[in-house]
Amino acid sequence: MDKIIIAGFGGQGVLSLGQFIAYSAMYEGKEVSWLPSYGPEMRGGTANCSVCVDNSPIASPIIAVPDTLIAMNKPSLDKFVNSVRAGGTIIVNSSLIADKVERTDVKVIYVDANKIALEAQNPKAANLVIFGSYVKHSGSLDKENAVNTISKIFAKKPKFIPSNIKAFELGFALD
Amino acid sequence: MEDKVLMKGNEAIAEAAIRGGCRAFFGYPITPQNEIPEYMSVRMPEVGGVFIQSESEVAAINMVYGAGGTGVRAMTSSSSPGISLKQEGISYICGAEIPCVIVNMVRSGPGLGGIQPAQCDYFQAVKGGGHGDYKMLVYGPNSVQECMDLMYNAFDKAFEYRIPVMILGDGMLGQIMEPVTLPPMKDMSKDIRPDWATDGTRFGKQHRVINSLYIQPDELEAVNHKLFAKYDLMAEKETMCEEYLCEDAEIVLTAYGTVARIVKSAVDMLREQGHKVGMIRPITLFPFPTANYEKIANMSNVKEIMSIELSMGQMIEDVKLSVNGKKPVKFYGRCGGNVMTAEDIVAEVLKEEK
Repeated sequence: MDKIIIAGFGGQGVLSLGQFIAYSAMYEGKEVSWLPSYGPEMRGGTANCSVCVDNSPIASPIIAVPDTLIAMNKPSLDKFVNSVRAGGTIIVNSSLIADKVERTDVKVIYVDANKIALEAQNPKAANLVIFGSYVKHSGSLDKENAVNTISKIFAKKPKFIPSNIKAFELGFALD
Repeated sequence: MEDKVLMKGNEAIAEAAIRGGCRAFFGYPITPQNEIPEYMSVRMPEVGGVFIQSESEVAAINMVYGAGGTGVRAMTSSSSPGISLKQEGISYICGAEIPCVIVNMVRSGPGLGGIQPAQCDYFQAVKGGGHGDYKMLVYGPNSVQECMDLMYNAFDKAFEYRIPVMILGDGMLGQIMEPVTLPPMKDMSKDIRPDWATDGTRFGKQHRVINSLYIQPDELEAVNHKLFAKYDLMAEKETMCEEYLCEDAEIVLTAYGTVARIVKSAVDMLREQGHKVGMIRPITLFPFPTANYEKIANMSNVKEIMSIELSMGQMIEDVKLSVNGKKPVKFYGRCGGNVMTAEDIVAEVLKEEK
């Protein structure tokens, strides 16, 4: 079971990052739920989603204590940092978050996602960089399947496949 | 696992309706169910059906009355304030015995309320929100797959009993995405219009009339009895309920819809800590699974029952009627669009154990 909260500004691909994880898990035959925050949200506002991945059916899709937090911006890190379970993982988008996580009981991974996305020549693919980092560090998803998932999701816009896979691979390559 | 698709609850309801033979959709936008009309607007033309975004909720439900009266599988969807606007039409539809499906993805109230999930329309759905003595078959699905499964067969039930079927969800259920297996398209090519349908053809010598006006008291009383005979038959044949770890439970939690999933997590957490807790979940909210609750109430191991809802306490009244004073029935709820976590429920149950 991996309970993941992904949070950031609207427009950062927060909800779609959750969907990449959800689709990958589904294609592996796992159970999954993807629950977005919804409301009067807009580009520049805050957005988050809760994703549960498990081998058995998901009971509650609501996450109070996440195993993994993906924080795409500072307000999101501040909001959720203390809810992560001890021993859990926090992936921080260090392009937008200068601070270090003060907690010592969690694994923290800093990813300069926006800069790496530029290296992949797709400035909108910061979320794919994070996706790569998540797949590497969570160990809950198969890498090859995740790459195939990216191709499937962009099947109708094939010109975006290479740069998104590149962003994913660069994220995956990070320690 | 390629045969599964990831869908929102709203989308699953729309696709299941199409696959279940729905060929007419009438609706007016409102959060958090907008994916249903959005999906229908794309999908309905592909199957040769009718999609109309009406000028109001009142218009939409009366379009359902008209289309349903011709024997077509017609539906509408909305959320709480919009469903209130439809109540007059729903009452007429029940009086005229027109089969149809109505989806309510409940948001918090009263009034315009908020757009976050709630279960505050339970009374409206199961007790009859409009005027007059009537009921609907009301389903309370708890997952995207259950949305799909219940909606897929909802029209069959609606036509079998000549009643409206209501799918009572909430904003959370509408927005959540989960993998689902799609059922095959029902073959509507041999669809035979029922012998009551006023489709303008094949009348023969006998006029077909669809109406809810009965001026003669004796005539109307007979209609009232006829409707309730159907509801009795539904109670016998259509009641659905899930029981989870009740066999040795000392506290039985009860909830419906998505809340029941949060409760299930709480039950698992409490069981891990050694507490004997179970859950009972009605899948049909009307007919209410009274017999299941009677059985639970009669079990000597059960000390109390707790109804857990996103309201100030509505389903608890049906629970109490079913339990009939045999065991104490407690309540825990959140409202206004706030949703409890499994941890909140655990804390609430542990208070009871002290």
